[in-house]
Amino acid sequence: MTDASRFPETLPRTAETPIYRHRLTTRIWHWVSAITVFIMIGSGLTILNAHPHLYWGQFGANSDHAWLDTPHVPSFLTIPAGYNLAVARRWHLLFALVLGFGLLFYMVASLINRHFQRDLAIRARELAPAHLWYDAKEHAALRFHDPKQPNARNIFQKLAYVLAIFVLLPAMILSGLALSPGMDAAWPWLLDLMGGRASARSVHFIAMVGVVLFIIVHLALVILAGAWPETRSMITGWWRIPGHDKREDAA
Amino acid sequence: MSSLITRRALVTTAALGTGALLAGCDRIADIPAARKILFSGEKLNMGLQRALSNRHSLAPEYRADQMSPFFRTNGTSNPGTPEYAAMVADKFASWRLKVGGLVARPLAISHQQLMAMPARTQITRHDCVEGWSAIGKWHGPMLGSVLKAAGVKDSARYIVFTCADLYSGANYYESIDLIDAFHPQTILAWGMNDQLLDVGHGAPVRLRLERQLGYKHAKYVMAIDAVASLAGIGLGKGGYWEDNVDYDWYAGI
Repeated sequence: MTDASRFPETLPRTAETPIYRHRLTTRIWHWVSAITVFIMIGSGLTILNAHPHLYWGQFGANSDHAWLDTPHVPSFLTIPAGYNLAVARRWHLLFALVLGFGLLFYMVASLINRHFQRDLAIRARELAPAHLWYDAKEHAALRFHDPKQPNARNIFQKLAYVLAIFVLLPAMILSGLALSPGMDAAWPWLLDLMGGRASARSVHFIAMVGVVLFIIVHLALVILAGAWPETRSMITGWWRIPGHDKREDAA
Repeated sequence: MSSLITRRALVTTAALGTGALLAGCDRIADIPAARKILFSGEKLNMGLQRALSNRHSLAPEYRADQMSPFFRTNGTSNPGTPEYAAMVADKFASWRLKVGGLVARPLAISHQQLMAMPARTQITRHDCVEGWSAIGKWHGPMLGSVLKAAGVKDSARYIVFTCADLYSGANYYESIDLIDAFHPQTILAWGMNDQLLDVGHGAPVRLRLERQLGYKHAKYVMAIDAVASLAGIGLGKGGYWEDNVDYDWYAGI
């Protein structure tokens, strides 16, 4: 590995030696997506307000059985703040392109630079009940990094990122595409995959709720793990191991 | 490390940042240059969709048992003008569909003549911009057949529909390009769910444009014109909603 020196995970270290944790492509994608997802949720909630009912199947309108009637989303959470379906759609459908092509760019880059294989690939031993239990206890004790391998992601971290990158965002994009009558003509398999347009709209909503939950957990853990060191590492790439001092090294 | 202060600062920053970002989005949308970028998504999406499909890609058609038990109405449910009421009273006997503009042979087609034309029957899904959808059966001649009978001139780029229902005192209007106009599923529907089209759904004739959203499906069609440009139509963006409420002209998404 040519850039092994940038990932000296096995070398002894102290808190003073920062490690290079996030590549430039990851950092760019992270912040572009942070803004994009924010805009997508805000504008999406305006669109939801236009017809706050969700159905399963090929079709769904007011007289059909809705599995969920969503409450009116208050204007301080929506884009634009005043109800305007046309402008909300403009935001949503432009930034949908940023989200979709951004994810594609990040996935291709992360396969090439082996970010996925190195940092996110889940090993079978990590899913062993004993390991999961151990990691859960470590989380409860707010210890998120293995002192011996501080740059390695723990299993719950991996599962959360894999869920967001490979399940929630693709589900969001594919269900969104299935809502488009033009795309349904171009790619009829979208409807087969989703089980109909009304189902696609429900999947779109559920995936959005999943993304919101992910963001809440993500932000909470960033704060618990050390808000500034974590944020700085996503800006500069360099990370100092939080709570990792010489005493632990000696132990 | 003063992690508590940092955390508090972060939470405060995040809360303020979220509010500022939300408000910022509305500010941005008011800047003309930013608005232009925001509105450029329409052309990007249209270009991508046209690149991913071909001009004859068909919208999905459904089985009779997949139809909506009740197909709601939307937009105008009755134009309510004396002229329209008179047409309903005489069962559209005096109604004529005027086909004009950049055509070799302007036409005035009666209801009977339209119903005598070879027709297509299609069970398709109607997607409203608001998010609901309903599946219905539509029956009528292809718009392309009518346009071929009139002989669209080479200079024509768009087809404009003028309708009997009034919005802000003016007739509703919509427009499509020739790719959609000659699409095999683009029909002038005079029948719905095995009956004559009713007033709520656009009698005597409505456009079906199956690869786009509902607001493009002009109801109560009175005139069809081939034009070279949308500049002279309404405020120039090609339709009532496009001109007045910033809806996309291309409603394939």
